[in-house]
Amino acid sequence: MSNLDSAQSLKAKFGDLISGPSEFRGEITLSVADAERMAEVCAFAKSNLGFDYLVDLSSLDHYGEDPRWTVVYELRNLSTNAELRLKTDVSEEKSELPSVLGVWATANWHEREIYDMMGLRFKGHPDLRRILMWEGYPYHPLRKDFPLAGKPTNVPEVAFTEITPMEGGPFVTLPSSGDAVSREPRVRTPEE
Amino acid sequence: MATVQDIQIPDPATRTAAALEDLQDMQGEKMVLNMGPSHPATHGVLRIVLELDGEMITKAEPDVGFLHRGDEKIAENMTYTQFIPYTDRLDYLAPLANNVAYALAVEKLLGIHDQLPPRCQYIRVMCAELARISSHLLGLGAFAMDMGAVTVFLLTFTEREKIYNLCESLTGARFTTTYTRIGGLSRDLPPGWADQCRKFLEEVVHNIDESETLLTRNRIWVDRIRDLAVISKADAISYGLSGPNLRGSGVEYDLRKAKPYLCYRDLEFDIPVGSTGDCYDRYLVRIEEMRQSVRILHQCLDRIPGGADNRSKEPINVADGKVVLPSKQKVLSSMEELIHQFMLVTEGVNCPPGEIYFGHENPKGELGFYIHSKGGGTPYRMKIRSPSFVNLSIIPKIFPGCMMSDSVAILGSLDFVMGECDR
Repeated sequence: MSNLDSAQSLKAKFGDLISGPSEFRGEITLSVADAERMAEVCAFAKSNLGFDYLVDLSSLDHYGEDPRWTVVYELRNLSTNAELRLKTDVSEEKSELPSVLGVWATANWHEREIYDMMGLRFKGHPDLRRILMWEGYPYHPLRKDFPLAGKPTNVPEVAFTEITPMEGGPFVTLPSSGDAVSREPRVRTPEE
Repeated sequence: MATVQDIQIPDPATRTAAALEDLQDMQGEKMVLNMGPSHPATHGVLRIVLELDGEMITKAEPDVGFLHRGDEKIAENMTYTQFIPYTDRLDYLAPLANNVAYALAVEKLLGIHDQLPPRCQYIRVMCAELARISSHLLGLGAFAMDMGAVTVFLLTFTEREKIYNLCESLTGARFTTTYTRIGGLSRDLPPGWADQCRKFLEEVVHNIDESETLLTRNRIWVDRIRDLAVISKADAISYGLSGPNLRGSGVEYDLRKAKPYLCYRDLEFDIPVGSTGDCYDRYLVRIEEMRQSVRILHQCLDRIPGGADNRSKEPINVADGKVVLPSKQKVLSSMEELIHQFMLVTEGVNCPPGEIYFGHENPKGELGFYIHSKGGGTPYRMKIRSPSFVNLSIIPKIFPGCMMSDSVAILGSLDFVMGECDR
């Protein structure tokens, strides 16, 4: 089954929900109108069309436009080599769509990354935490309204964000006092 | 006469069942152990929170992101060409392969991926395969050293040094190569490079054999990693593993064969696959991949259009002044070239609006670039699909039921790089 055939059979099944296909550089893209039904479409693509491999999950921020977000799914069928890209738009007020973790296990970290970087929430994800930035970081850095230079934040001072299981024991890192200059002798200025 | 002894190794299913049974018996108090972020066996800054029952791991929670530099954000704020040096720093054990992957992705967006001159394609393939050998040698050496076999580490690092010398004479840098350009290469092969490379290929085969003699039938090595952390075919696909980790589980999928790019269609090579999906299979797949890369390199050196010293002056860049910088001579003497040069440097290569995904078979797995362009010289959004990030996500699945000391072996067999994982 070629890329276009898979796209057509997906369209035949879901009808008006799916628009496209559009082709660019030999790649087929379909748009799913209702993000709420994304998990359903993905499950069908996997079970009936053999798209057993989720290559990548990425997100776009169309800042200043409505709907603001687009989530992009790159699907692949490992046995026939067919590829398909699914896209769905999510509005800023909603910022939420169903998780496809039940379809492909690899979606777990990809969805956490999108939550971390763009601030989109995935319904039904069992462990939606930040993954690249630290727990408690207040911004979503890949949004277009986040400056390249970053924004000042409080960096956690200790390695642990929760109470360590052996707190008070002999090998536990404790919060240190003072800044890096007083703690670390190598950064002192020579004349001191 | 010597007697032959049969080594008794239970099959993976029995062994896992037995391990889980033991686990049920010892339901004691759980202990939480923090491994990393700075741990010699995590090869970078990976933190894993392990929950232990005695010496048995009952839960593992990887924590990544300590090396996050915001490469995707940076890419949105510069031209396509300016981002090439950043790709060196993704998988910093195979910078040449990253350069090739990124250049191919942007060329696909431009629609010039099928116009690359043959000589450029051959040189790029050689770069990618040299990077593969280099990366696998390091992976193997570090894996063996973590298991206590320091000799292998010394052997493989001797060979890597030679690859660095080759990189240096080819690109001018040992580590941060920045060798490719959009639509071509920064320079042609230097004189004598091909002979140097041939000499290296002869030596590295000998070295791989020697490393294998030390490990493949070594009882300590086999007993420690065989049937350890078995990843089934279905799990490997569902978790999106790629590269040697996917093929170790018996899935015969290699982008060089499945979606041939560059001149891989004309080259002869085999794709090694594992049968069990344990650490030992992943190790064997990497060993064989290095041999296949040597085979590819020999073919490239023999067949490269123009020969090693390019007597027939084959081009290495596409003949499009709006993509590749014109020669200095032309810039100083012709108005049109001067304009092209000015536009390329100030505004970057003018890409059409659209979106593409390109996946490249990197040493660690599938390195993919999703580029969304709204036209102009900078990407609107660039997502990097890094193989290490995806490969690490299977840790919570395969760690439970293993011994604490096995965790080091499993990490070694997954062979990841944090620079690429955290981007």
